[in-house]
Amino acid sequence: MELKELSQKIRDAFPEAIQEEQANAIVIKKESLLPVAKFLKEGETQFTNCHCVSGLDRKDKQLEAIYWLYSFKHRFMLTLKVILPRENPEVESVSGLWKSANWLERETFDLFGITFLHHPDPRRILNPDEWTDWPLRKDFDRPDFYRLPPVQGLKG
Amino acid sequence: MNQIDAWKQENIGSDEFIINMGPQHPSTHGVLYLELKLNGEIVLDCRPHIGYLHRSCEKIAENRSYTQFIPFTDRLDYLASMNNNLGYCLAVEKLCNVQVSDRAQYVRTIIAELNRIASHLISIGTFAQDLGAYATPLFYAFRDREKVVELYEEVCGARLTYNYMRIGGVSQDLPPNAEKIIKDFITYERKKLVEYNELLTYNAIFLARTKKIGPLSKELAVNYSITGPNLRATGFKWDLRKDEPYMIYDKFQFDVPVGTIGDSWDRFKVRLDEITESLKIVEQAIGGVPEGTAVSKINKIYKAPAGTETYLRTENPRGELGFYLMSDGGTGPYRLKIRSPSFSNIAILPELIRGLNMSDAVCVLGSIDIVMGEIDR
Repeated sequence: MELKELSQKIRDAFPEAIQEEQANAIVIKKESLLPVAKFLKEGETQFTNCHCVSGLDRKDKQLEAIYWLYSFKHRFMLTLKVILPRENPEVESVSGLWKSANWLERETFDLFGITFLHHPDPRRILNPDEWTDWPLRKDFDRPDFYRLPPVQGLKG
Repeated sequence: MNQIDAWKQENIGSDEFIINMGPQHPSTHGVLYLELKLNGEIVLDCRPHIGYLHRSCEKIAENRSYTQFIPFTDRLDYLASMNNNLGYCLAVEKLCNVQVSDRAQYVRTIIAELNRIASHLISIGTFAQDLGAYATPLFYAFRDREKVVELYEEVCGARLTYNYMRIGGVSQDLPPNAEKIIKDFITYERKKLVEYNELLTYNAIFLARTKKIGPLSKELAVNYSITGPNLRATGFKWDLRKDEPYMIYDKFQFDVPVGTIGDSWDRFKVRLDEITESLKIVEQAIGGVPEGTAVSKINKIYKAPAGTETYLRTENPRGELGFYLMSDGGTGPYRLKIRSPSFSNIAILPELIRGLNMSDAVCVLGSIDIVMGEIDR
């Protein structure tokens, strides 16, 4: 399977979904991520494995959410990207389709501040819950000292 | 439910309560904090909390050159540092189009496979320790691992964090006596594997503790992106070394051991069998190391054109380790993402231990074989 072939398949099913085709990735419009993901997983392409989810800060006022999907049937790794605005980046969560996305999206939220809508457990995962910064963004200013609010004890 | 159980349920009730397992607990293999909701001894729900070891390796990478980041990969999965080194170096080589000599490929394969053996030995030893087989299996495993570690000490001078692989090769060639040490180790370890089978694998108590505890289906494992021995234990025959060969793994004859139902025993057995397979690979590789140099040129700056990105994954002892690298034309990565196998593997824990006894939860956690260093990164 080739990337060209795959993007044609997506185009046939969702004529408006593809925003841009890169050398080794397909950029999807953010509102059509969920239907395209569902199509890729449940359709003939059989992307049953969401290998990894991460983010990328492009500096030019844009953030990217990146999804690596794997199809054991075709032995093909697909890179899907969604370009999001830096102010209020929001995209639908795919954790309903792939459970592995649950923690990986939490990590992306934790480090980049990308909000995954309808996520079952939208908390930070590595950093303290009380923190308000997004450390992997390029404009993150590293403070010399941290003072976190005292831990409140167990919640929920 | 039989009559006695029904009577117990009616007459000996207990309230639901929450206990904290960890962050400091001998069986959590590092600083993992599990919030367990229990009814008596039955686990009703579990919420893992991670991040105690978060060192922000990905951010550090953005301020380092490609070569400077290699020592940091040692500290991800610190029981399989060589494999991390290898995965990272392969990713950078793919990004920057660096050629690697034949000899270096062989040396890397031997070293990485030996590290897989050492890592699986620890996993087996600590798993038995978690089950209550106090100290003896652990010491046996560490005794065997010591031989690998001593070899590494001779090869690169370090025992735990090796920093051995370089972009384009390795930091120094194998010492002249390495071939003999490795061949001796292969003979030695093959005998010991028989002992492990006698001591643990078919031991009645061990079987009673691990069989049918925390079974995992293929579909769920793929959906959770479980990789490595945990995936193979479910019966899914998938090994990157076999199915998407990188380096020179396609030159060697070896099998991919698989389990049947993916329970704790299967996960343990797959690891034990993988040691046998790794020994096969090392034996074939040590016999065919070509002449030449394995050492890469030092003090070289590596660069990739702006905007190039690459994603490369390798088969680590604990699963598929992936490195995503993006370059902006500089001497270091613009963005580095580490896809660590344990991170995805531990995410399934609540699903596996729901409804089990507290002591079996420890068994499942031990059999998943996590390393907190690469979960928190």
